[in-house]
Amino acid sequence: MLPKERCQELFSQILKHSEADETEVLIAGGASELTRFANNTIHQNVAEEGYRLSVRTVFDGKTARATTNKFDAESLKRVVAESSSLARQQPRDPDLLPMPDRESYRAVNRYSETTAAVTPEDRARGVVSAIKIAEKNGQTAAGTFSTTRGGQALLNSRGLCAFYHETHAEFSITTMAPNSSGWAKKDSADVRDISPERLAARAAEIAARSQDPKDLEPGKYVTILEPAAVLDLVGFMFFDFSGQAVRDKRSFLTDRVGEKLFGSNIDIRDDVYHPLQSGPPFDGEGVRRKQVTLVEHGVVKSLTYARKTAKAMGTEPTGHGFPLPNEWGEAPMNIVFEGGKTSVNDMISSTDRGVLVTRVWYIREVDPYRKILTGMTRDGTFYVENGKVKHGIRNFRFNESLIDMLNCVESMGEPERASGEESAPMIVPALKLSSFNFTEVTKF
Amino acid sequence: MRDYAEKALSYLDRREVQYGDVRLLDSRERNVSTKNGLMGSVSSDETQGLGIRVLIQGCWGFASTDNLSPQSLEQTARRAMQIARASALAKKSDIVLVPEPKTEANWSSPFQIDPFSTSVEDNLDLLLRADKEMRSVEGITLAEGAVHFRRSHEIFLSTEGSVIEQTRVVTGGGIAAHCFAGDEIQKRSYPNSFGGQYQLKGYELINEIRLVENARRIAEEAVALQRADLCPQGKRTVILDGSQVGLQIHESIGHPIELDRVLGMEANYAGMSFLTLEKLRNLRYGSDIVNVVADARLEHGPGLGTFAFDDEGVAAQCTDIIRNGQFTGYLTSRETAAAIGENRSNGAMRADGWNRIPLIRMTNVSLLPGKGTLDELIASTDDGIYMETNRSWSIDDRRYHFQFGCELGWEIKNGKKVRMLKNPSYSGITTEFWNSCDAICGPEAWTLWGTPNCGKGQPSQTMGTGHGASPSRFRNVTVGIAYAS
Repeated sequence: MLPKERCQELFSQILKHSEADETEVLIAGGASELTRFANNTIHQNVAEEGYRLSVRTVFDGKTARATTNKFDAESLKRVVAESSSLARQQPRDPDLLPMPDRESYRAVNRYSETTAAVTPEDRARGVVSAIKIAEKNGQTAAGTFSTTRGGQALLNSRGLCAFYHETHAEFSITTMAPNSSGWAKKDSADVRDISPERLAARAAEIAARSQDPKDLEPGKYVTILEPAAVLDLVGFMFFDFSGQAVRDKRSFLTDRVGEKLFGSNIDIRDDVYHPLQSGPPFDGEGVRRKQVTLVEHGVVKSLTYARKTAKAMGTEPTGHGFPLPNEWGEAPMNIVFEGGKTSVNDMISSTDRGVLVTRVWYIREVDPYRKILTGMTRDGTFYVENGKVKHGIRNFRFNESLIDMLNCVESMGEPERASGEESAPMIVPALKLSSFNFTEVTKF
Repeated sequence: MRDYAEKALSYLDRREVQYGDVRLLDSRERNVSTKNGLMGSVSSDETQGLGIRVLIQGCWGFASTDNLSPQSLEQTARRAMQIARASALAKKSDIVLVPEPKTEANWSSPFQIDPFSTSVEDNLDLLLRADKEMRSVEGITLAEGAVHFRRSHEIFLSTEGSVIEQTRVVTGGGIAAHCFAGDEIQKRSYPNSFGGQYQLKGYELINEIRLVENARRIAEEAVALQRADLCPQGKRTVILDGSQVGLQIHESIGHPIELDRVLGMEANYAGMSFLTLEKLRNLRYGSDIVNVVADARLEHGPGLGTFAFDDEGVAAQCTDIIRNGQFTGYLTSRETAAAIGENRSNGAMRADGWNRIPLIRMTNVSLLPGKGTLDELIASTDDGIYMETNRSWSIDDRRYHFQFGCELGWEIKNGKKVRMLKNPSYSGITTEFWNSCDAICGPEAWTLWGTPNCGKGQPSQTMGTGHGASPSRFRNVTVGIAYAS
């Protein structure tokens, strides 16, 4: 990320060019590198470095944003002029609030020098060690190993200055046996938390265990979802925990806030300060993020609110707004789904007949108010019988309501930071469900 | 701009680099949206940067930067070479590229009205008029509208001597009306869902799609859906509107024919493909009337997959994908064409920005038209369900099993639409579905639809693809299972 002093210098230059009532500058970017492998070899290997500067101007209740990645004096002048021109051409918004004043933020430490120092050779060596494990198991591996350092700065003409920087490392692997596959993934701010060998071994074990998958009739089954599967399913509901979404009547929580919508064992909060979380402690306007209880004992307790939404709904902002102007308002971004103490092995042991799901894929919303989702299982789906994993099964399509699903949670594992493909990483447990609706089966 | 690209290319060590290319991209966007009678957002974005791709020791490396100073360009070139050498630590075999003739060209996509010459005031005025029409219908709880413009100027230089400049202008726009009542949210979108219609055109596209004139109709349909019967469950004859056929092509033909997926290169994320190599020219993909091409040439139409050269400098081509129902071709790159013994890439490598490598992406993957109008097709159907405008889409990671939901359905009896149906959905297995196709409407009903949001790759890339399609009929299709409780 650019140094604070450079960000402040850029902001000063922007202010010199701006004739707006108020001016905000958002600078974001960094350097990202990703090593990608398939067929037990590195086939793509990329690096990027870039920064974007975005200017929001306000003229008498009118606001607009213009963004550039060109930082020369002429481009900075032009981006201010562009933002001003876009703003001036609009009708006045009587509900537009003044920009927020300066405030202080609770510190979060999500930067690792070790991660920042990772080289292409380091990543290649990690990939080689994972490939060796796949080859030892007679399997073919594909995946990624990435490292990123970046951040953002948000400054406005009322004196607000917010800075954040972080690192991120992620390793993901799919291993393929002749007629089955396995998968594992982990991400962290600190690359030392990630073991390519351990993840490769886990994926290889799933692929081996699910070989020669058999057909199982579609239907409703007791189902055990590994944390990554839970993440990618429940991740689809959190954009609905938005005051603006409820105002727009596009949220499944419309007319339901305060209701007991889920089982009594469901507790969910948004907490950017949780040690396993990532992301800045401020929102898109620079408002300090608060911890918010979203669901308590199954009752929908609260939504998140940007400043404008909060004013319209007679409540306090929670620090979850997106950069203005936008149509969406806000959303919780740091979900912590409380869990229990039951391990996945214990869930299996207590199951007479059921299905174990490693991960899910291509999830889409079928019904926005009943919150029915469809999708497929992938890379390790198993039949469980008499307390044991019996064999792999062909992948299912499911059509299941999240509301129904969170009313039939029988037991939960310890929450962990899970990383999937459909939703941003969250802190979630494994879940055992008394019923999950598998509607059709595919050919593998 | 060309100077920067030449400078970057000059920093590659030709003694070590077997092949290298530089892509410099400068693009500009505008997004304007409205919601419930107010401005939703107004923003513009410009980005400029350069990516360098090199082949060293038979392995790829790529590095990119938005800092175009000589020092940064030299560092980026060195980084790309360092990364390629690191790739060689896990090498199994050398990457080989099929030959491609050296080219010098300069091409711009045609348009009538430069969208950036229109004022934001006028953009908002149009959207707010459509918004007012939608909200004049009692029961509408949310009205949305948006227009989007993009101009990209790209310079491609390779160590083989190609120098290609391309400028593309893309325009998109659409509206949507939502109706929340009781325990249901219904929505109608026009001219398509998830942003509307997108083409390689100027502002004339926005004039052609007539948002204001269609606003009231879709709002009335959204409200009417609240009172409609639920789509039944079972095996039925299904007629899909052109936009839904376009998405069906995208998911169940366009993705499986990507040769990188077939060869396992996307196995960890987007997945693989059921179209394994032995199926080429040996698989009955669809019925005799199913003819599909991948055509990036301008003569195919102003699609999101239309260009003069792909991002490896390969000229736009038309490839037969399915001819008379028989599977005949993949989408390829210079690397994957070599891997299966082809002598030339068919030009499907595309990158979504200066900071991304090109991947095999759909161009315009289109179902060629048959005969007749939609009205004639409905009139010739005794018993079936017509479905319009996508609402949900999902398919497995090898592209066998899919399920789609649509916004609006109509029951057809004895050649007439007799009953509106809500929450229509259908599902099936790709080849069984395309083999059940027994009617495709003609050129008068054929539209080149734009899919602006196709995701693929790690790091992720979003690409616009084109899909020419007309309303089509399919027999014995599973319907309604999405709502089976």
